[in-house]
Amino acid sequence: MKRIPDQLIRLSVPFLFIILALLIIKQFVTPETFGDLGHYRAAAIEDISSIEPHYAGFQACLDCHEDIMEVQQGSYHRNISCEVCHEPSLEHVNDPTEHLPPAPRERGFCPLCHNYLDARPTGFPQIITMTHNPGKPCINCHDPHDPTPPHVPGDCAACHRQIARTKMVSHHVDIQCTECHDTPEEHMINPRLSRAMKPADREFCGGCHAEDAQKSVTNLRIDIDTHGGVYVCWECHYPHLPEAPEGGAPE
Amino acid sequence: MSADHLAETVDRLESVLEQVVGFIYPNEIELQWSLLIVIYPYITGLVAGAFILASLEKIMNVKEVTPTYRLSLLTALAFLIVAPLPLLAHLGHIERAHEIFFTPNLSSAMAMFGFVYAWYLAAVLLLEIWFEYRKDMILWSREESGLKKWFYRCLALFSTDISDEAVAFDHKAARVITMIGIPSAFILHGYVGFIFGSIKANPWWSSVLIPIVFLASAIVSGIGMVMLLYMIITPLRYKKIDMVCLNKLAEFLLLAIIIDFSLEMLDFIHRLYEAEESIKILSQMISSKLMISLVVVQLLLGTLVPAISLAFFRFTTFPDEIRKLVYFLAGILVQVGIFSTRWNVVIGGQLFSKSLRGLTVYKMTFFGLEGLFISIILLVLPFFLLYFLIRILPPWRKAKEAGQS
Amino acid sequence: MKKGLKRREFIKKTAIALPLLSPAGIMLTDLVRTSCAWAGTGEVSGYNPLDHYYGMGIHIDRCIGCGRCAEGCKKENLVPREPFFFRTWVERYTIFSNREETEVDSPNGGINGFPELKTQQNILRAFFVPKLCNHCDNPPCVQVCPVGATFKTQDGVILVDNEYCVGCRYCIQACPYGARFLNPLTATADKCTFCYHRLVRGLRPVCVEVCPTQARVFGEIGTRSSPLVRFRRMNKISVLKSDLNTEPKVYYANLDGEVR
Repeated sequence: MKRIPDQLIRLSVPFLFIILALLIIKQFVTPETFGDLGHYRAAAIEDISSIEPHYAGFQACLDCHEDIMEVQQGSYHRNISCEVCHEPSLEHVNDPTEHLPPAPRERGFCPLCHNYLDARPTGFPQIITMTHNPGKPCINCHDPHDPTPPHVPGDCAACHRQIARTKMVSHHVDIQCTECHDTPEEHMINPRLSRAMKPADREFCGGCHAEDAQKSVTNLRIDIDTHGGVYVCWECHYPHLPEAPEGGAPE
Repeated sequence: MSADHLAETVDRLESVLEQVVGFIYPNEIELQWSLLIVIYPYITGLVAGAFILASLEKIMNVKEVTPTYRLSLLTALAFLIVAPLPLLAHLGHIERAHEIFFTPNLSSAMAMFGFVYAWYLAAVLLLEIWFEYRKDMILWSREESGLKKWFYRCLALFSTDISDEAVAFDHKAARVITMIGIPSAFILHGYVGFIFGSIKANPWWSSVLIPIVFLASAIVSGIGMVMLLYMIITPLRYKKIDMVCLNKLAEFLLLAIIIDFSLEMLDFIHRLYEAEESIKILSQMISSKLMISLVVVQLLLGTLVPAISLAFFRFTTFPDEIRKLVYFLAGILVQVGIFSTRWNVVIGGQLFSKSLRGLTVYKMTFFGLEGLFISIILLVLPFFLLYFLIRILPPWRKAKEAGQS
Repeated sequence: MKKGLKRREFIKKTAIALPLLSPAGIMLTDLVRTSCAWAGTGEVSGYNPLDHYYGMGIHIDRCIGCGRCAEGCKKENLVPREPFFFRTWVERYTIFSNREETEVDSPNGGINGFPELKTQQNILRAFFVPKLCNHCDNPPCVQVCPVGATFKTQDGVILVDNEYCVGCRYCIQACPYGARFLNPLTATADKCTFCYHRLVRGLRPVCVEVCPTQARVFGEIGTRSSPLVRFRRMNKISVLKSDLNTEPKVYYANLDGEVR
């Protein structure tokens, strides 16, 4: 058998020493719970779980404030958790008199939700903050726990502002929303459940736009039976702005 | 992190916010991987490239470049020692850096750093240097006295056998190690490319070609660096530059540049042709944020100009002095070009939003652990280390054996 | 405690019965049932992660972009208030009718609301998209963490171990959704945890708690009764960047194709 070269024997000494040292160090340095549940320190879950919350949650308020809750449950704000407006309140739950949750009273707060934005879904009540009773605090007229407006909104624009704005620059500006959309009273209170109607057939638009229509003054007349082939009117013409190119108006 | 650091970070990010173009995810405003992470692949690239050059002599018997063999090894070592430093400086918790060694997550390419680095340092580079220098170390220990004597004896691991048999084993071992070393060098730098190439979230990085392109540019920068060092050190030793060696180096450099350029062009053409969704924002990024660093520095100055000048001056007759000047300039340009390549990959990949709708900016600081100052020090440090290594393990000094002059 | 329990029962019954009498029953009973399911005592003991597997649903057509979720999250989890660090945020998409580029913005994550757009003309559609960590079932962030500092729990939540994270930021690069950031105070990676510290106490995540239109739905995947199960039954579901196969567990209803 060939002798192992002297170099290799000499080299193996520092190599083995280092490898051994690293293995020993590894035992000391690796945290105890590492690898218990996976390739991570299992104790981390306890660390994270033991963080104290700051928000108490909807349920916690119910225990002491049922009177306010009862009022709110029947109102438009029934789905809003108390802490949305009253800040994180777990401290208050634990020690009611020591930590009092703030109540936002300034005019700048409510518009965070209710200011008009194009991107907000249609039907969500929005106001143009600048023109809606400028200067007055919202709570003067709207109880936050039952924010029913002091009088029923006169026109649909209160909730359907984007449509109203669009219609304002069109020829249909003078047409009331209710002329085309049959709207029950209930819709003002429960909009999603009691919906307004939409016209169902071409003859409806024909009431103004057919060749022989008596109702309107427009001279935009078409043959109601053949114009547009198989499509109903609003598949090409946007009724709230029929002039716009994307509203399908002729060039 | 102190409140001061938070304040400084916020100030910096506020000025970045003003320069954002289009839409970025709110968390993307801060570039996560800074100049330090540009330096790391550049340095490991030099290591891999220098080693490949050394292996050319050993394995492929390219005798012309023998004068640079030991220099390549020492260069690789000098840069390898500095390589982990930018990574350490970048970590949020340097004191936890050992976790990569002791609890590596095997699905993570970055976790391979510990093993690949340790393997390459110990099992390849140090071993090869040891076998290459062993006989000389023993002879030097006999020449010197006092502390130096013991130093060399220690380095040689107290071996004393310089018989022909033992030296033959040294050479054979060095050959074996080089053969293992070539794929090891590929992995050392290739895994860095894989760290980027395997991120499916980032369309600039996610590509099969990135590890390959990284390697090719590493070889370019490595050969270029050794060529530059050889051209600088030799006159300092009052010796004449071996033009046969230098011409060969230039040839290999040219070959490497051609391969690197072809691979990068392949990636580029492939992207443009397929025109996936990300092409819009990436084109916008190249034409606005990366115009200078990619088109001018990386492509023009870093690739085309050196390649054309190397080809022209190598294969036409010119006096040696002109050739040396051109080679030197080409070597410098190549370094700048490859550094710029790393910049364009690392920083470029973070300048555009993953929403593919916007661009942000990289605001480099001067001071601070991730600033320009530290980066310059890290880039200069290997040369000081190299000087130190050349002093203790001189590449060209042949020890006087007993009875020889 | 008995008095409190009795009171709670009474309120529960009344609260359920009253609105059932009116046509407005559906949303209210949803809320109460949800909150009763989460009527935690606030204590951690007795929580078994193997009994749960969490996910979230988001109704795009209910989000009003008020930003209460983003703000509540910062307050609950003590995230720095500066506009560069978000565990959750709201984006606004505005699609134009004349082939102009869709505009997207998220000023301070939506916390201070959204400004009016410069271009009011030609808006075809606009909507809000809340975003957060998707707690993917095939998480690229967990795959790339070099040390094992981020992981998926047995109840499906992706968490970060603040004591172990070295701050290499690889996970932040690997997340396709921009959900992660480096917390400047701890110098470790940070992200939405589904308010895990609340889940173990039977409470809901804060973003779900404070959403005024209940656009966010939280619950269990794989059980028979959970608000999330109903959400997934009644809506066509999309997830973000499905082609990357990260298997996100945040499900969107009515998500538009323009959203990235």
